[in-house]
Amino acid sequence: MNMPMYVSPEQVMKDRADYARKGIARGRAAVGATYADGVLLCAENPSNTLRKVSEIYDRIGFIGVGKYNEFDQMRVAGVRHADLKGYSFSRQDVDARWLANQYAQTLGQYFTHEMKPLEVELLVAEMGEEPCGDQIFHLLYDGTVMDTRSFVVTGGEAEVIRSRMEETWQAEAPLDSTLQQAVAALAGPDRTLEADDLEVAVLARHNGRRAFRRIEGASLVALLGEA
Amino acid sequence: MYRKAASRRLEKADTLQPVTLPFFASSDDPGPDFVELLRTLKRQPELGGTALDPTQITHATTVVAIRSDDGVVMAGDRRATSGHLISHRNIEKVFPADGLSGVAIAGAAGPAMEMVRLFQLQLEHYEKVEGNPLSLEGKANQLSQMVRNNLPAAMQGLGVVPLFAGYDSQQEKGRLFQYDITGGRYEERDYGASGSGSLHAGTVIKLRHNGNLKQSEAVDLAIESLFHAADEDSATGGPDPIRGIYPVVAAITKDGFSRIPNEEIATRTGAILANLNGGVA
Repeated sequence: MNMPMYVSPEQVMKDRADYARKGIARGRAAVGATYADGVLLCAENPSNTLRKVSEIYDRIGFIGVGKYNEFDQMRVAGVRHADLKGYSFSRQDVDARWLANQYAQTLGQYFTHEMKPLEVELLVAEMGEEPCGDQIFHLLYDGTVMDTRSFVVTGGEAEVIRSRMEETWQAEAPLDSTLQQAVAALAGPDRTLEADDLEVAVLARHNGRRAFRRIEGASLVALLGEA
Repeated sequence: MYRKAASRRLEKADTLQPVTLPFFASSDDPGPDFVELLRTLKRQPELGGTALDPTQITHATTVVAIRSDDGVVMAGDRRATSGHLISHRNIEKVFPADGLSGVAIAGAAGPAMEMVRLFQLQLEHYEKVEGNPLSLEGKANQLSQMVRNNLPAAMQGLGVVPLFAGYDSQQEKGRLFQYDITGGRYEERDYGASGSGSLHAGTVIKLRHNGNLKQSEAVDLAIESLFHAADEDSATGGPDPIRGIYPVVAAITKDGFSRIPNEEIATRTGAILANLNGGVA
């Protein structure tokens, strides 16, 4: 009888985590940050069609980094989940915490039970009625959830970008300065990112029921200023 | 993981279900279609039984849509009836479908409201999943399928006959669509009307529409047509100055769907009635 080779659980988990981390580190980073009038979602993304940033529900936005097909599958599941919940109950009953929990369950499930973990990190942002209600959830490949009211950096080189962001970020700053800081942090000292390299959207208060708006073209260039 | 989730979900329709993220194997994936998603998850209630007593069902009646030079104007009276009883005086029958289109309903109020809710959600769901909104033609077609799906209910006396209108940003003009109970979709050039007073309302518009109305003229014509419909049809409600209830009127232009404030409709109705004085046979 053939005995499977023994591998310690620690080793299995470590291998899986390394695998997922490597996949995620290959991609470019993204930032979610609160500003005075809502939440900014900003990703470095040279593609115009393969989106990282998208709308989930009235006040909920999404960023996925890592493997495109995997986070896009999560995005579509999130939209379906939110729309189903809003349809069965009411639009107010759909919130980001609950969605983040669902994502965490799924990511955790993949991490421990499937052949390979999902090589993604997700960011679920919710805009509140007031600035103090804004919230960003950060989900890791193994199902870990963290929440914050300030900013989250996710994707490749996240640590470096996070420390750059920490130096400049301020609570309830206007949109243009928050965006310029995020872009500067993403670019680092040696590069500059143009409007074409970025995918930017906001969840803006006073924007009607659907708070999500993409910022593209001339309005993005204007917001970036000379930064 | 797919298999486990799917088998748990396909059990029963009417009970509250454990809500987990909906994942599908690619062969079962409903795509950007919310109605198909409900069907896949067996969330759609099914009607059974025989024909219902029409006096027990709330009916919403007359709605009109009129093309103007900058888009479309949609309007509906405010009455809902159950048989000979007036069941609601201030029901609304004109709704935004999405940013650039609107839907107005006539027929059994319950299924009609549900259809509007599902239609709005369908358009938004598609836009979010696909990243782009449907074309106006595509939206009209979606509504047509919903009306057709309602046919079994229509046979039991729960028919819904909507109007759909919107601004077509490709053709840069307002377009409007009428439906019949089987889901037949008919694009009209200048105006459409639906509901029990539609014959009268439609005739008034037909006589006055010169093919090129300004938005304000189209709004006045919509109010006047509903007044005449209410004059001839008991299920259509006329203006009610005592309670301040006037038709719901909305204009759809390239800037989007906007409802015209009740005060403005009250003023316009007053002016139209003053003009009619002595002119009503």
